[in-house]
Amino acid sequence: MSSLNLTLKVWRQAGPNAAGSIETYQAKDIPTEASFLEMLDIVNERLITKGSEPIHFDHDCREGICGACSLTINGIPHGPEGGITTCQLHMRKFSNGDTIWIEPFRAKAFPVIKDLVVDRSAFDRIIESGGYISVRTGSAPDAHAILVPKEAADAAFEAAACIGCGACVAACKNASAMLFVSAKASHLNHLPQGQPEKHQRVLAMVKTMDNEGFGNCTNQYECEAVCPKEISADNIAKLNRDYALAKAHDALV
Amino acid sequence: MNLDSKIPAGPLDQKWTKHKMDSKLINPANKKKFNIIVVGSGLAGGSAAATLSELGYKVKCFCYQDSPRRAHSIAAQGGINAAKNYQNDGDSVHRLFYDTIKGGDFRSREGNVHRLAEVSLNIIDQCVAQGVPFAREYGGLLDNRSFGGAQVKRTFYARGQTGQQLLIGCYQALAKEIHAGGVQMFPRTEMLDLVVADGHAKGIIVRDLVTGEITAHAADAVILATGGYGNAFYLSTNAMGCNVMAAFRAHKRGALFANPCYTQIHPTCIPVSGDYQSKLTLMSESLRNDGRIWVPKSQETAEKIRKGQLRARDVGEEDRDYYLERKYPSFGNLCPRDIASRSAKEVCDDGLGVAPTGKGVFLDFEKAIADQGEQAISAKYGNLFQMYEKISGDNPYQTPMQIYPAVHYTMGGLWVDYDLMSNVPGLHVLGEANFSDHGANRLGASALMQGLADGYFVIPATIANYLATQKPGAVTTSHPEFKRCLGEVNDRVNSLLQIRGKRSVDSFHRELGLQLWDNCGMSRTPESLNAALQRIPKIRDEFWANVNVTGTGGELNMELEKAGRVADFLEFGELLCHDALQRAESCGGHFRADHQFTEDDPEVKDGRTQPGEAKRHDDEFSYVSAWEYTGVGKAPTLHKEQLVFEDVTPSIRSYK
Amino acid sequence: MNVLSRTLCSFWGSSIGKKTIVALTGIVLLLFLPGHLIGNLLVFLGPDAINEYGVFLHEAGHGALVWVARIVLLTCFVVHIVATVQLTRQNRASRTPYAFDATVQASRSSRLMIWSGLTILLFVIYHLLHFTVRVANDFDGPAYQTTLEGHPAQNVYKMIIDGFSWAPATFFYIIAITCLCSHLSHGVASVFQTLGFRSRKASTAIKIFGNLYALVIWIGFLSIPIAIFVFGYGR
Repeated sequence: MSSLNLTLKVWRQAGPNAAGSIETYQAKDIPTEASFLEMLDIVNERLITKGSEPIHFDHDCREGICGACSLTINGIPHGPEGGITTCQLHMRKFSNGDTIWIEPFRAKAFPVIKDLVVDRSAFDRIIESGGYISVRTGSAPDAHAILVPKEAADAAFEAAACIGCGACVAACKNASAMLFVSAKASHLNHLPQGQPEKHQRVLAMVKTMDNEGFGNCTNQYECEAVCPKEISADNIAKLNRDYALAKAHDALV
Repeated sequence: MNLDSKIPAGPLDQKWTKHKMDSKLINPANKKKFNIIVVGSGLAGGSAAATLSELGYKVKCFCYQDSPRRAHSIAAQGGINAAKNYQNDGDSVHRLFYDTIKGGDFRSREGNVHRLAEVSLNIIDQCVAQGVPFAREYGGLLDNRSFGGAQVKRTFYARGQTGQQLLIGCYQALAKEIHAGGVQMFPRTEMLDLVVADGHAKGIIVRDLVTGEITAHAADAVILATGGYGNAFYLSTNAMGCNVMAAFRAHKRGALFANPCYTQIHPTCIPVSGDYQSKLTLMSESLRNDGRIWVPKSQETAEKIRKGQLRARDVGEEDRDYYLERKYPSFGNLCPRDIASRSAKEVCDDGLGVAPTGKGVFLDFEKAIADQGEQAISAKYGNLFQMYEKISGDNPYQTPMQIYPAVHYTMGGLWVDYDLMSNVPGLHVLGEANFSDHGANRLGASALMQGLADGYFVIPATIANYLATQKPGAVTTSHPEFKRCLGEVNDRVNSLLQIRGKRSVDSFHRELGLQLWDNCGMSRTPESLNAALQRIPKIRDEFWANVNVTGTGGELNMELEKAGRVADFLEFGELLCHDALQRAESCGGHFRADHQFTEDDPEVKDGRTQPGEAKRHDDEFSYVSAWEYTGVGKAPTLHKEQLVFEDVTPSIRSYK
Repeated sequence: MNVLSRTLCSFWGSSIGKKTIVALTGIVLLLFLPGHLIGNLLVFLGPDAINEYGVFLHEAGHGALVWVARIVLLTCFVVHIVATVQLTRQNRASRTPYAFDATVQASRSSRLMIWSGLTILLFVIYHLLHFTVRVANDFDGPAYQTTLEGHPAQNVYKMIIDGFSWAPATFFYIIAITCLCSHLSHGVASVFQTLGFRSRKASTAIKIFGNLYALVIWIGFLSIPIAIFVFGYGR
């Protein structure tokens, strides 16, 4: 097992209202088999032994599905590999002597809580505003009562694979949440079950997105490039189309 | 203590219908006067909170994650069972019931399991209506696969992300109710204690993880849906935050903890590679549908592979031992989880392991790729292969995967009756946090089913039986018990912060985990369990003397959060060992090396089973062990609920 | 306010709505460019061709068409700019800067849209003052009058040749057209996405189309000042 000596430049911020700054840490003898978060665990363990406060970062499942980890590694959310979350990034992808910049996901709509931990509750509020199908428990017809063409089911699945991590916002030059919102809307809008509330859903979700202070999409696709689930920007095109239709429907029908 | 399961009388297939008919109702106008606390927002908690709110109750839902959508149900990969029989392959509610009872090694209640199988039908309907994108066939119908040892195709799935898709459906339902005002959501909030006022569970004490503020919440009933305790072992497939605190706090306040020794070890995880390791990653069990598990026949060959002198592909067919196919010809690589796990341990203990640590076996797709083509295999498992390659650096198309068992799911949990209410009136427990449906071993694709059954369909019907006996809002946070509990919780938090010792919280957790894994893991003996029972109190004492919890209580402090959880694991670990020691038999996820079949047993001689298989003692142990808390470091008191089998006859669980 | 105007207002007020308007006005401007280019290229066919074209533009539809075109173009131009400036300001306000900034795949052009756009704005103002309003030159004077088939006409040909004989104007023109090319290389493809007609499968084709379009416009417009200033065409 080989190991690495690294220099970390980490954003430290004591609290939501504190000023933050970049601190430098030496991370010595990091096993190449460790994941990026395990590397931080090792650094933290050493900080605690010295009596210092460990670096706070969000994490939970550590298998790339919960979407809790929210680190930007050398300016790229979830690091340079693409198609994975930070917890799936392994240290074998780095070289001895590397300097690694670690910052929180940055956007006005994602205020920092502490160090690398940010508040992504804006995403929850977007879903609450309309990102669902209104079906009361117990009122559903038999699952086979509605046939869903495989193509639609697959398209819905591709969009539904979004884990809500917020990397798209963090990578976007405008901190736009369009990839997230469009994925969530497309998931339901692709399905026959999602049709009755389609217009209302699109309008409500976009309105909340705008009110939460996210920026506007300028079609640069940084979001698509960093998305750990490789959600397609086709969803954004679909949302744009659906939004225009919903507005037209609103005004004319 | 008399443990009444309250299983309704009557024929098995009519118990649930009859029970619903006999249950009390609360009229719609009164429902809004009742407040219900739901702790946990996974499949069980989220679905319960959403459905109770739809019914008109006022719900407060708490989760430690930053969003309810991140609960660890999200990580379930394989699928969800339902007895729809859409494949016309002979499935039925009764067959799902029987498979689940048998899979659980005849240690679960017939009534609960049958209800689970009945309700499974409604779950799929509900999820499809919510927009869960299950896999479909070209005709637009739902696709099914066979999973985790089932001989019928009854598993509904959404590629390798079924848990995530179901949880999103459930989270969306919850979001809808939050928007409607019926649910008040408290993310990043951890339950630190249960408040039992005048004998009834009437509230909880929580800590706001962002501000550190500790507050009390009162309600007419409390629902815990806080998941399992697999993280007691430190390394498991659970999320880092999964913990036993809520359930254990309830246990300390009087709730009985049932069958803690039933811990499921999942056979297909990526092996441990070093001390720094924080968790073990599960590779979906569906891989066993096409992958073949083997180790070399000789120790010398295994040694060479471990040292990197020989590659797996260079080992000839004649030198490989496909041990599951050899031992269980009809089920082969698809035998139940406990059997697959234990077999892996056995071959590794025999020096045949292939991972550098000696703890790993091969899961090989060579034949499947040869038979079906790389494209077909990639279509089925592409994302899993990719995930494996990212973690291990090996390409499973070219070299077999290495796997080893890891702690995955815990069947034990708080004792509940048929209404899912614990022995503490008002305290209801759902999902993995209760003990009720899986017996000694859970079948694949059944956890999602149980979580959603409990939350969507069972608790909304049964909670009225309790609430109807209560005056809404009778107990508020001004009750003296709330004040007392708040004081206790504050004291505990402060004492953790004041130790300022030398060791990190994780170092204690790791030490405890190693004890439990070595002594109360896949194979247990009275000696190993006694050794653990000796050792754990010492670790606990050192923890309270020498842990270093940095930071303060008035801020986001993840060390403090971990410390509280590990402190409970350090007490819970003992309970686990006590239960394992008491249960002098082997069943499901509990294997006692001193209770296995040998050559001398008549069952082995007549070919019904073989040496080394788990040996149950139905005459002595056909009961639920429900433990009562008696104090830190004191042996808990055992209560027994006899299991009654009216429909099935417990038999040797043979998968030959 | 009736439903329609209320919807229009909220459409303008929303992120997607405003971008849709940017795309739609962009299309008008995109359609204008090739027309303008073809007209300009007539300079290579000699004085009569382009002068005749000038007369045609001013007389089409009894002289009304040019005003309709001017109003439509000006409106689209102004709306396009107001919307994008507002969007850009919102975008700046939404972002918190990174200490270590990185870009994965966004093109340089896409990141400079506001600057290329504002440069084009300055150029268009200059261009209109120069050729349309004719400030600080004697384009309205007798030196720039000619006759075409016996009728008096504006000597557009001479205006162009003289205009591009002055180094600073030529230099600014080249810069502005290059900015325009950069702007188009992102803008054309963006129109498809914003209006919802892009897909992963079509993305490469759309990107190539956008870049080709930008290239054609760039080469086309630049051919004139380069021919005049560098190679002395018409001087």
